[in-house]
Amino acid sequence: MINWQFTLHPDHTINLDTNDRTLARLLEEKEPTSRICMACGSCGGTCTAAQFEPVSFRHILLMVRRGETESVRSELTKCMYCGKCTLVCPRGVNTRHILALLRTMLIN
Amino acid sequence: MKIEGKRALWREYQKAIADDHYFYVRSCVRQTFFPGAEKAFIEIMKNRLGKDLYEEPIHTTCTGIAYHSDIVPLETTMTVVARQFALMTENGYENLAVSCVTSFGVYSEVLETWHHFPETEEKTREMLWKATRREFKKPANVAHASDILYKFRDQIAAQAVYPLINRHTGQPLRVVEHIGCHYAKMFPHKGVGGAEYPYVLVGMIESWGGEVVDYPERRHCCGFGFRQYLIQANRGYTFSNTKKKFDSMAPYKPDMIITNCPGCPMFLDRGQYAIAELEGITYGENGYGIPVFTFEEVAGLVLGFDPWDLGLQFHQVAVEPLLDKMGIPYDPAMKYAGSGGKFIGSPELPEVLKC
Repeated sequence: MINWQFTLHPDHTINLDTNDRTLARLLEEKEPTSRICMACGSCGGTCTAAQFEPVSFRHILLMVRRGETESVRSELTKCMYCGKCTLVCPRGVNTRHILALLRTMLIN
Repeated sequence: MKIEGKRALWREYQKAIADDHYFYVRSCVRQTFFPGAEKAFIEIMKNRLGKDLYEEPIHTTCTGIAYHSDIVPLETTMTVVARQFALMTENGYENLAVSCVTSFGVYSEVLETWHHFPETEEKTREMLWKATRREFKKPANVAHASDILYKFRDQIAAQAVYPLINRHTGQPLRVVEHIGCHYAKMFPHKGVGGAEYPYVLVGMIESWGGEVVDYPERRHCCGFGFRQYLIQANRGYTFSNTKKKFDSMAPYKPDMIITNCPGCPMFLDRGQYAIAELEGITYGENGYGIPVFTFEEVAGLVLGFDPWDLGLQFHQVAVEPLLDKMGIPYDPAMKYAGSGGKFIGSPELPEVLKC
């Protein structure tokens, strides 16, 4: 079986009018750099934890922005806060702080 | 509406295409994945249509892939494009013939930028001079290679050996035409038929005897999308788009797909393999896929070129079912023959997609 590292997505509608985006707005207030992520994936490329566990900063932020936060809870527990993603971010997004904030707001 | 009114409206969707003396710039993707396509185009232009077409060996990428992946800034792209124009000027040409749809979009974007912001053209001229000591004139005409074959489609039809007709039934082949996004979605007035009614491939298909298939997702992207494919984790988006197109066209049972973009045949062809492996779905007859071609390859087939000289063995989806329908003879033993007719080995076959 080939490990493709990706899967096909079924057709999916994201309704930003009805989804609860409170968390995304709170995050933008507390860490404004969360708005400038361009989803380049540099963070995921350097992530040590991602080599062993399904965790992706890019995916987490995308889901939070959409207001689909349920799927990111388990991902947030995988981060080791090593900060390598913050070092490589070409846009200066404070990824480590964002992950810590999300963990506080969603889990703790 | 009176027919005169319709014609007047349609004139807005036409573009000027130079008649002769082209400076040809190649495509990174096309010459890598479909190397026979550009060779066939040059052969058709020079020897079948008798046109003057010049290719400068030291021309480079237009930077399109890097530009749309956000790793090359616009200023660099404009300087590289200016160098291509300089090579064209130095060789005495003023009509640019572009192989790649994305390059066509890049050249169009740079020329539009210079038109609306003349200071960027001056800056580019300065940077090109500092970097290479070259100067350039802007092209009098920029045409995509498909525009040029569209212009001469009836001359090709007059020389046709194998028209797009099913030899078994005598009916026209049912053809899906797929236009690359950067051809006319960026600057509609620069494409034949604009973004709404792109006619460039339809004209070829109708002229060569085929029947165009209309289907709901006809104008949908092939899925390439540059960054969404170049980042491996995002490739699910790419093939989800590709699958959406195939799910939409499959009920109409097309015999083949023709594209004018180098990336689209790559994704519609290899994508069928990826979808077959991931989902277990195939879209052609009897477990095969729907054969995908570049417009140069189809022109070559119509004109009677040998399928293996056209590089059709590079395709993932087997082309033999279509060759049989068109009545084109081929030698299976020569499919993977290298120079001198020596067998160079055949690729491993996929598990789901029949090839």
